[in-house]
Amino acid sequence: MSVEASPTPTPAATAAQPRSTSRLAFQLRDYGILLAFVAIVIALSVSTSTFLTTSNLVNLLDQCAEVGLLAAGATVCILSGVFDLTASATLALSAIIGVEVVRATNVLTGFTAAIAAGAVLGFITGNVVVRSGVNSFIATLATSIVYRGLAVIVTSATIIYPLTSQSEDFGMLTWPSVFGLTSATVVFILVVVVIGVIVAWTTFGRRLYAVGGNAEAARLSGIRVGSIHISAYVISGICAALAGLVLASRAGSAQSSMATGDEFTAITAAVVGGTSILGGEGAIWRGVVGALLLTLIGNGFNLLGWNTTYQQVVQGCLILFAVTVDRWLRKRTQ
Amino acid sequence: MLITERERGKPRTKRKSGMTSGTATGTAADMTGDLAGDLAMGHAPHIEIRGVGKLYSGVSVLRGVDLDIAPGEVHSLVGENGAGKSTLLNILGGAVRADEGTLRFDGEHVTIATPRDAIAHGVSLISQEGALVPARSVLENVFLARWSQRAGFHQSRADRRMFERLIEFTGFDIDPSARVDQLPIGTQQQVEILRSLARGARVLAMDEPTAVLTEHEKANLLALIRKLAAAGITVILVSHFLDEVLAVADRVTVLRDGELVVTDEAANQTSTTLVRHMVGREIDVLFPEPKPVPKNAPVRLAARDLGHAPGRGPVRDVSLSVRAGEILGIAGLVGSGRTETLRLLFGADRAAHGVVEIDGKQLRRRTPRHTMAAGMAMVPESRKEQGLVMMRSVRENIALASVAERRFGPFVRHRAERSAVDAVSTLVDIRAARREAAVQTLSGGNQQKALFAKWLLRRPEILLIDEPTRGVDVAAKSQIHHLITDLAAEGMAVLCVSSDLEELLALSHRVLVLRHGRIVGEFGRGAPREAVIAAAFGDEGETA
Repeated sequence: MSVEASPTPTPAATAAQPRSTSRLAFQLRDYGILLAFVAIVIALSVSTSTFLTTSNLVNLLDQCAEVGLLAAGATVCILSGVFDLTASATLALSAIIGVEVVRATNVLTGFTAAIAAGAVLGFITGNVVVRSGVNSFIATLATSIVYRGLAVIVTSATIIYPLTSQSEDFGMLTWPSVFGLTSATVVFILVVVVIGVIVAWTTFGRRLYAVGGNAEAARLSGIRVGSIHISAYVISGICAALAGLVLASRAGSAQSSMATGDEFTAITAAVVGGTSILGGEGAIWRGVVGALLLTLIGNGFNLLGWNTTYQQVVQGCLILFAVTVDRWLRKRTQ
Repeated sequence: MLITERERGKPRTKRKSGMTSGTATGTAADMTGDLAGDLAMGHAPHIEIRGVGKLYSGVSVLRGVDLDIAPGEVHSLVGENGAGKSTLLNILGGAVRADEGTLRFDGEHVTIATPRDAIAHGVSLISQEGALVPARSVLENVFLARWSQRAGFHQSRADRRMFERLIEFTGFDIDPSARVDQLPIGTQQQVEILRSLARGARVLAMDEPTAVLTEHEKANLLALIRKLAAAGITVILVSHFLDEVLAVADRVTVLRDGELVVTDEAANQTSTTLVRHMVGREIDVLFPEPKPVPKNAPVRLAARDLGHAPGRGPVRDVSLSVRAGEILGIAGLVGSGRTETLRLLFGADRAAHGVVEIDGKQLRRRTPRHTMAAGMAMVPESRKEQGLVMMRSVRENIALASVAERRFGPFVRHRAERSAVDAVSTLVDIRAARREAAVQTLSGGNQQKALFAKWLLRRPEILLIDEPTRGVDVAAKSQIHHLITDLAAEGMAVLCVSSDLEELLALSHRVLVLRHGRIVGEFGRGAPREAVIAAAFGDEGETA
């Protein structure tokens, strides 16, 4: 075949020696974020006596559950080439709906209603984006303001609580569960595994990547691009609702200003994990690792007794660093 | 100064000496006026192009071009689609970087790597698409990035004065405060010309400037080009319209397959001789012979009166039919509606009117999903934009259009997918070792084969192919040719669009020629290239 014969430096033509370096770069690019993660874990384990304790790790994962769930949803959307800036507003609105239904019925029905609300809100967001044709960043930004406003209306801008008799059950997501992990952590892990499997192994996952990678090629391959985007928003909505339940359960209440700005933390987690902001490249586990990394930085500041005033500056620099390294490795492997 | 520079230019043609150089010099001098010297029209350089070449993903589109362009000359580049004329123009304009060769202006070596370099050397490129800022005014666009300023503040009065001078010189009638996206396309082009002049361009490189113009606008533009040349500005013109070329150019260069064939005084050439130069290559690739279509072969695909709404696309009332086992070629110039016809058939774009039938049954809805379900497949024109998901693996790309065929519930059956992809990869000759690599790491030829493989996995009955071998090396080209004839021999109905006329004539049982969205000719096997080209150019008088 011509490729092997031609002197052009296409990867196919290169011999074993250059390929091994490119494979190393390939793996670096693929798993560099894990390396960074492990490095921070080791550093914290060595420099503090408190990091590697069961209670701290349980605490860490519990803290990570909310952003982790949002990050999983954000990753699904970004993979398909759209952004979901409604995540935190959907979180608040579905948690509030959940609490209202809890008050009217019981805790389990209320939790189910919250998840259903998240799915419906995601469906609406998706339809707004797909049917308006407006760039998803702007369309979801506007939609999120509407959702946030609805949350204010429903709660009359107050904090809402479940009935006193329900408050113990309402806190169920903070209860310890298997391996001493909190129930919130277990929910987080389960959801991430399910979404991870959907994205990696189903035909839907295939279409998701294709739409994110090249929407026009996907359309010309017979894929309903709009349906894929709407599905991505529904998944993101469900994740947001679950994250909302985690927060509400922990606080024993819900309010309209819950988790403001966390949609950006979620997108940050997804991108830090190595999911391409342009779509079509990445994985759910990357979003999770990104979320863990961000939580770890906060945790490290606490454990090391550093002044948390500097935390944001460090976090921002780290994100820039991660994304720059990612871009650099990408350029080299091409 | 201007006069002396132009005096030592190349010998003038008769046409040109007819222009009064006195007025031209006067105008140019006026324009230097009280404005800074960098906005003035200086003298045009003597351009020497030496050994210029360009590769696109390993495929050479321009090779060893040597060309001299004299100051104040109107020099036209002609050739078939893909001959390299636009590439050469873009290299001069800084839009494309040459891979080899040198450029000298007045004997001095120059490097034009970016549009900015080109402007600095007085070369202004006016491309087909245009490069205006749509939502801003004419005045802002004309002086884009060259606004007069004082202490950082925009001096619109100075710009207006300059604008009026330019208007006076060109004879255009444009409202300087109009938004450019609300102007007709011909006027937008005038805005680009004004901008080039405002930048002090000494060399205007224009790519198909008349393609979008009405007859009246064309005549005005050609007159302006002569006027610019008389004022000492070099105009390099790429055009498909040979009559215009002969009317306006001092000299003509014919390119073919990326190589310069001939440069000659326009006065010595006719459209017939130009076409002969454009075509005149010996057949250098052995094409496979398509198997004759059986007499009783049924009509697989038929279309009647298919077209866009006026203003929405170029296709007007296209009717055609393809039989099982037949390869129908569609020829035509860029912009004649070839690609758009395929896209309408496949349902990639919406037609305003017309009927598409598969096996005699009319398709009620035409979207890619529906036409695919009815047995159609389309290998699109652009691999990168429409065909492949570049960052995903070869396997995922090949499996994409048929992923639902190999599933267990919602899950992809990976083993079945691998074996299916391996089988079809062998058929089109992509190495299995490359299966998991991102498709963007493959050569153009292998990418194109992967694109074919994707559609072959669906076992379509009707295959629409847009530019089967664009940007593909010679070996892969031949493989793709064999693949197409083999598929047809097995009974597939193939509809093929190609800018490579030689390829199209060799592979097709029949060739339809499109011009301005209408079918203007049909040729059987063995039709002479000249006849097809003449039909595509609308030049029936020459060979009919």
